Amino acid sequence: MGFYTSPSFFIALAAVSAPAVALGLAGRSVRGYGMVASWAMLALLFAGDPRGACAFALFVAAASVATYAVWRSWAREGGNRSMAVYRLALAACLAPLVACKVGAVFDCNLLGFIGISYATFRAVQVVIEIRDGLIRDIAPLDYLYFLTFFATFTSGPIDRSRRFASDLAAPRPRSAYADLLARGTMMLLAGAVLQLVLATVARGFYDPASAPAGTLTVDALGLPVAAREVLRAYGYAVYLFCDFAGYSLMAMGASACFGIETPANFRAPYRALDMKDFWNRWHITLSTWLRDFVFMRFVRAATRRKVFSSRLSTACAAYAVDMLLMGAWHGLTPDYLAYGAYHGVLLAATEVYQKRCGFHKRYRKKAWYRVLTWFVTLQLVVLGFALFSGQVGGLLARAFAA
Amino acid sequence: MERNELENRVLDMLEDICEDDAVREERDVDLFEAGLLDSLAAIEVLVGIEEAFGVDIAPTAVEREEMNTVNKIIEQIAVRL
Repeated sequence: MGFYTSPSFFIALAAVSAPAVALGLAGRSVRGYGMVASWAMLALLFAGDPRGACAFALFVAAASVATYAVWRSWAREGGNRSMAVYRLALAACLAPLVACKVGAVFDCNLLGFIGISYATFRAVQVVIEIRDGLIRDIAPLDYLYFLTFFATFTSGPIDRSRRFASDLAAPRPRSAYADLLARGTMMLLAGAVLQLVLATVARGFYDPASAPAGTLTVDALGLPVAAREVLRAYGYAVYLFCDFAGYSLMAMGASACFGIETPANFRAPYRALDMKDFWNRWHITLSTWLRDFVFMRFVRAATRRKVFSSRLSTACAAYAVDMLLMGAWHGLTPDYLAYGAYHGVLLAATEVYQKRCGFHKRYRKKAWYRVLTWFVTLQLVVLGFALFSGQVGGLLARAFAA
Repeated sequence: MERNELENRVLDMLEDICEDDAVREERDVDLFEAGLLDSLAAIEVLVGIEEAFGVDIAPTAVEREEMNTVNKIIEQIAVRL
């Protein structure tokens, strides 16, 4: 059963949500029921995929043991604060994902399961924040619920454990839950229109083979090849936004039914005025996760050790590392790695340009300058997605084959 | 450490990182909005605090709103000393 795509999912969602809504509207805690409902939904997700179910169980077991070990060593009174334990725990949480991504290159998928990319982020965040001293107590059941919450299981948004736990701590008053539910219902509907209608039409436009009857396709326009490829790239950008933002809205809406305020993933990304702005608006929970746990820690380590001569070169290196990792996380394919490298270079270039260029400093508040940077940013973003989708890779392959 | 000494050392550090002595005057102004700090310089502030005071503040420990003025930075260090 595909989450948020197959009709049976929505029927199951309605069925498991009804008791949650009844509990919430009675002002009672949805926590206990939410766990049981989540596990029932995951059972449906993994039905017919016993290998995936085993890999997932193994992941949960490894992450739980690792988290407990780090907690014993770092958060408990008298713990020995062992860096070895911390590093081993991180390795245990990351190993299945790394094995899955490397295995995919060789067509051998041992430890992977649907949602592994996102589950890894959640597990790693807990381990790092226990070591940082930010998580002192973590109830085992809440931890399991955080790892297995069905609404955001397959593709995010990536929640944070302390935020998630704060939603569980105390049941909301009836009126607060009703308010959250009303917003959630709107998100479910808006997300469904975005993903199931607009994304489907946009996809049909750039990929005529999948076009629903009667919708416009790029082939029907009778354009020269170059113009058609450009339009396909724009069509893909529209599709990707509608598909992913629609999914994310539905995931937020489903979370709301269970009293969980999952953070937003998109904020009008195609209005971004520069590439840094774009990453504050696109797949926000991924970019902020990488900012907090990769970018900032890289900068901190480099600053402490004085690895680079200036703040600017530290930033450029950090952007490159951050975005290369982002690309690799999508998959170890030339297209994704190129996508990561492309954004790393663009972010570094943006940083240098904004810090060094007098022209930018002089005009950055002017309306014409903002329109210009918006336009340039949009083109760079669309080109990035053409790398991501494999369109550029495919065109290059064909050009070299010819 | 005396409060006075703490404040002076924080001000010296911020003046150095922000490259602007305006930090000494407006202690309640939002340093990010004023363009005196950005997210990179903010990490330098965290590293600077660790080196100068032995106070370790993790990158996700405090929200930006809790550490965006000179006085709030001083307070965050004071509660951890």
